Amino acid sequence: MTDDSAIRIALVVPDLLGTYGDRGNALVLAQRLRWRGHRAEIVTVLSSAETLPDSCDIYLLGGGEDVAQQAAVNFLARGDGLRRAVDAGAVVLGVCGGLQVLGTSFTTGDGVTHRGLGLIDISTEPGERRAIGELSTRSEEHELGLLTGFENHLGRSRVGPAARPLGRVLHGVGNGADATEGAVSGRIVCTYLHGPALARNPLLADTMLSWVVGEPLSELPPFPELTELRSERVKAAG
Amino acid sequence: MTNTTRRDELTRSGQESTSSPPVPGQRWRVVAARRTDTERLLSRLRTGVALTAGRLATTTSKRLRLGSGGIIGGRVAMALRPDLLDRLVADRRIVVVTGTNGKTTTTHMVAQALRAGGDSVSNATGANMLDGHVAALMSEPDAPYAALEVDELHLAQLTDRFQPSVILLLNLSRDQLDRVGEIRSVEASLRRALRQAPAAKVVANADDPNIVSAAIDHPHVTWVSGGCRWKHDALNCPRCGAFLGELEGDWECACGLRRPVADWTVDSNGLIAPDGGVERLSLPLPGQVNRVNATFALAASTELDLPRSESLERIQRLRDASGRYGHTTMAGREVRLLLAKNPASWLEMLDLVAENERPLIFVVNSRQADGHDVSWLWDIEFERLAGRTVLVTGERALDLAVRLRYAEVNCETASSVQQALHSAIIEHSAGPVEIIANYTAFRDLFAKRQQH
Ligand SMILES: [Zn+2]
Repeated sequence: MTDDSAIRIALVVPDLLGTYGDRGNALVLAQRLRWRGHRAEIVTVLSSAETLPDSCDIYLLGGGEDVAQQAAVNFLARGDGLRRAVDAGAVVLGVCGGLQVLGTSFTTGDGVTHRGLGLIDISTEPGERRAIGELSTRSEEHELGLLTGFENHLGRSRVGPAARPLGRVLHGVGNGADATEGAVSGRIVCTYLHGPALARNPLLADTMLSWVVGEPLSELPPFPELTELRSERVKAAG
Repeated sequence: MTNTTRRDELTRSGQESTSSPPVPGQRWRVVAARRTDTERLLSRLRTGVALTAGRLATTTSKRLRLGSGGIIGGRVAMALRPDLLDRLVADRRIVVVTGTNGKTTTTHMVAQALRAGGDSVSNATGANMLDGHVAALMSEPDAPYAALEVDELHLAQLTDRFQPSVILLLNLSRDQLDRVGEIRSVEASLRRALRQAPAAKVVANADDPNIVSAAIDHPHVTWVSGGCRWKHDALNCPRCGAFLGELEGDWECACGLRRPVADWTVDSNGLIAPDGGVERLSLPLPGQVNRVNATFALAASTELDLPRSESLERIQRLRDASGRYGHTTMAGREVRLLLAKNPASWLEMLDLVAENERPLIFVVNSRQADGHDVSWLWDIEFERLAGRTVLVTGERALDLAVRLRYAEVNCETASSVQQALHSAIIEHSAGPVEIIANYTAFRDLFAKRQQH
């Protein structure tokens, strides 16, 4: 049963890409909509599904292990639902492995280069060691400002000319190829921030939601722990 | 200073008694076949010195409150006597216990069960790497049985040194991803560990595909089935990545990996042994999770030919395991201490506290031993506590509070467990307080409890 008036949030193959609490991003988006009186529905699409439906408003791709990442690309390339959805204006968030899968290519730890979905101009190669720790960045995009999260990845990513970095690294590694973090292109947002990203960065969550709703969202009364958490974590990053 | 000198002397005299050059990286070794009586005496003396020095370090460490002393004592003894481990494991029946959750409790149960055969030692303090094992084994060098808890990633290191009699593989799920690595690599490491121990008897979880993949190629496996509560790390085949389904009952993958037929089965009614015998289980420890742990312990003692009824009776006497599930008094209030350190164990502990309306305190830290990344908090379905009120504390109280707000669970942060116990919400509630804490938070609470 689908609710026609609800905003549909697709949690994309969490069995493959969902290692770092990535489900949290879906919970945050759905709850911030409901608190404002909108209807929201989380659509979980496992890799056992035929194909990815193109009828959702938001698509969330999380992080996963190398093998799982390749399996996710295979699943998503089948049927091309994500590309059709993007062409129709859907919002996409790719975190960590999700960033790499959405990009043009990624080379896994075993040295094999895989084609990504090519939905955003970013390519990834393995670094010398995993980047693990608190990460904080400043974003000029959509007045997002300070972003905070935890990073855990081997990949070093380079943003190509058809996309822009999401932010500039204040503390941590980020994309690693240079001092940038993540990438943005149209309504596709990619980042190495987890924790999960939207739980720690409500402004990013609301910006993405405003693209779907089509107008600025009403203010939510802030809860004090979230403000405190953000400053605590930025301090912990360095 | 004195210690260093003595160690150097021992090293030198050790080298003199060696007939072949030492292995690279090893300072000296003893070749038993060519030893004279004097050398044999010297060797025995050295073991004695190592044991005494190790025990002394353990006691000192305890006195100085540096910790339980298990690790430091083992380290000192091993430095003095690198082949000490080989001597300590010789002629002993050793059961090792590994897996993401339930290691400590199951190790306690195994140690209890083994007493049906004689004295047994265990590293019940949770010092679950090689130096902790040495410390436990040397605490009673003559006990014929040992139950050792082993960190998942250290089983391979252990079976590289010796083959235990029985290896228990409980379960595998996401835990401290920033420290332990992803499940695939843990599974591969367990598989390698079992390849190094072909003579051991393996007891493994038939319902956990990651464990099945790790164990299935071993020549002697006994399978235990007690259900699979946390499914999110086993939705896909660990060997080929294909989707396995929802894991209710049997599963089978196109690549050939499938759920083995269980030898032991346990549910809320009791357990069925491989010989078809049915046992009722009445455990002081709560939940299906502990019925499964008890079945593993019983299977281990059965592999060692110990009488089943006596083993079971001993297992059923265990009232708490290093503080887990224990009732105690804190700040004048009765509390029950529950350990939950990852989504799978939180799921089990939430099962326990969702059954009642007792006041709740959650404590989450993020030190090295906990993992610095707490994003796993979002994998836990706190939504089932919606409408209840939870006091949150620990180093990551704020992350936990934000998670609970999104789940519409009322919450309040406190600076410590003590302060939480004195909060108006807890003081105006009735009944024992349920405290769920993650690893280091639990350890600190347990240490405080012991001081009382
Ligand atoms: Zn398979």
